[in-house]
Amino acid sequence: MSFDKNNTIYTQKVLAGDHWSHVIKAGQTIRIIDLEGNQAADTMFYSLADTDERYSAQDTINYQNNVYLTTGSKLISSLGNVLLTITDDTCGRHDTVGGACSAESNSVRYELNKIHMHNCRDSFMAALREHDIELGKRDLNSNINFFMNVPISPDGKSTFLDGISEAGKYVQLKAEVDVLCIISNCPQLNNPCNAYNPTPIELNIWD
Amino acid sequence: METIKEDLIIFEEIIPGGWNFSHHLKKGTCLRLTDVEGGVNASTLLYNSQNLSERYNMADTLKAQFTSCLTTGHALYSDMGRVLLSIIDDTCGKHDTMTACSNPKTNLAKYGMKNYQEFRNDYYRDGLTSLITEVSKYGMTVRDLHSHINFFTRINVDNEGNLSFAKNEKPGTYIDLQAEMDTLVVLNTCPHPMDTNSNYAPKPLKVTIWKADCKLEENPCYQLCDQNKRGYMNSINYYK
Repeated sequence: MSFDKNNTIYTQKVLAGDHWSHVIKAGQTIRIIDLEGNQAADTMFYSLADTDERYSAQDTINYQNNVYLTTGSKLISSLGNVLLTITDDTCGRHDTVGGACSAESNSVRYELNKIHMHNCRDSFMAALREHDIELGKRDLNSNINFFMNVPISPDGKSTFLDGISEAGKYVQLKAEVDVLCIISNCPQLNNPCNAYNPTPIELNIWD
Repeated sequence: METIKEDLIIFEEIIPGGWNFSHHLKKGTCLRLTDVEGGVNASTLLYNSQNLSERYNMADTLKAQFTSCLTTGHALYSDMGRVLLSIIDDTCGKHDTMTACSNPKTNLAKYGMKNYQEFRNDYYRDGLTSLITEVSKYGMTVRDLHSHINFFTRINVDNEGNLSFAKNEKPGTYIDLQAEMDTLVVLNTCPHPMDTNSNYAPKPLKVTIWKADCKLEENPCYQLCDQNKRGYMNSINYYK
């Protein structure tokens, strides 16, 4: 079924810097909308049947032989199974190499005293704690950064650039199995991944 | 070729192709991985020996150093903003950390099946199963696997993000990893799933551990960028 405000079974606006978690059942579709543009939505998926099995950036990159995610990309688990498929994407390219910011990585990347700033890993851990499952930092592996622009150049360099996303751009994923989805609506203030101005995203789920 | 002085060597071992290995590498020692015949792939996980929940972080390693592959001068970061290992020398020039090792599915699709019952220890082994086996010896499970490094596997990326595989062909190529923290190194020598050789042909790896003597001021990783200077400070402060 295609997107229609009338048939969504769930709609949620996630404010700048907030975290979110929700189960997406097999066959359901989630649309993530970059409401104001240039926002990074850090996202992880866990198989609900066995949360030991989770999204793997490396296996996903191998499977499609490409480092960027877009329409048609299959999101592969740590055990080599398909968790979700990207079925629509008006942004065009999403990152899965850049990972999530943390207090500790901020201290390395910016300044030692930038450790006391709101960050994605703290949000991810808060999102995992919302479930009656003992998941924590050891369960956080390389995630997806929807709408984030991390070009990998042939000469082996990688950089963070201004987003290629704009207000209203969206990405849409169909769950192939029941998954727990967690999102950190990235609060990073030190680099251009959010255009230095974190903004809200909107989530819609339908059958 | 930088030869290691005999009297500095603590131990040396050959890991046959397709097998797994782990070792608590002590701070102040150095691990040389040598591609004995050429063509080895060493898929490797790293953990803080004293706190296994702290582990190698691919993204933080690449972001801090604005790179997408690893060679001399790159520090290998944990997820706690600390440097676990320094790449102080490397004759390969490029190692991959963006792609996955093999798993039972990729092995079966590529090579078919050779089981133990018929082929004894020549049965086909895969990277994922090997890593799970090895981390299990330390009380960890499949949950504790993370984005790893594929030493001696070279992955090229084009402008559209497409990948192509190239392996090291030169026998004797090595990489030197100096421990800045006590680090549990877990690796296996199963072929990389993107290896263009359609036959299962795993290659051996030599591991040599010796007393390290690369001082901070001479460490090419410390010198690389301000980010790394802060990363080394975090590692030093951890032991204060």
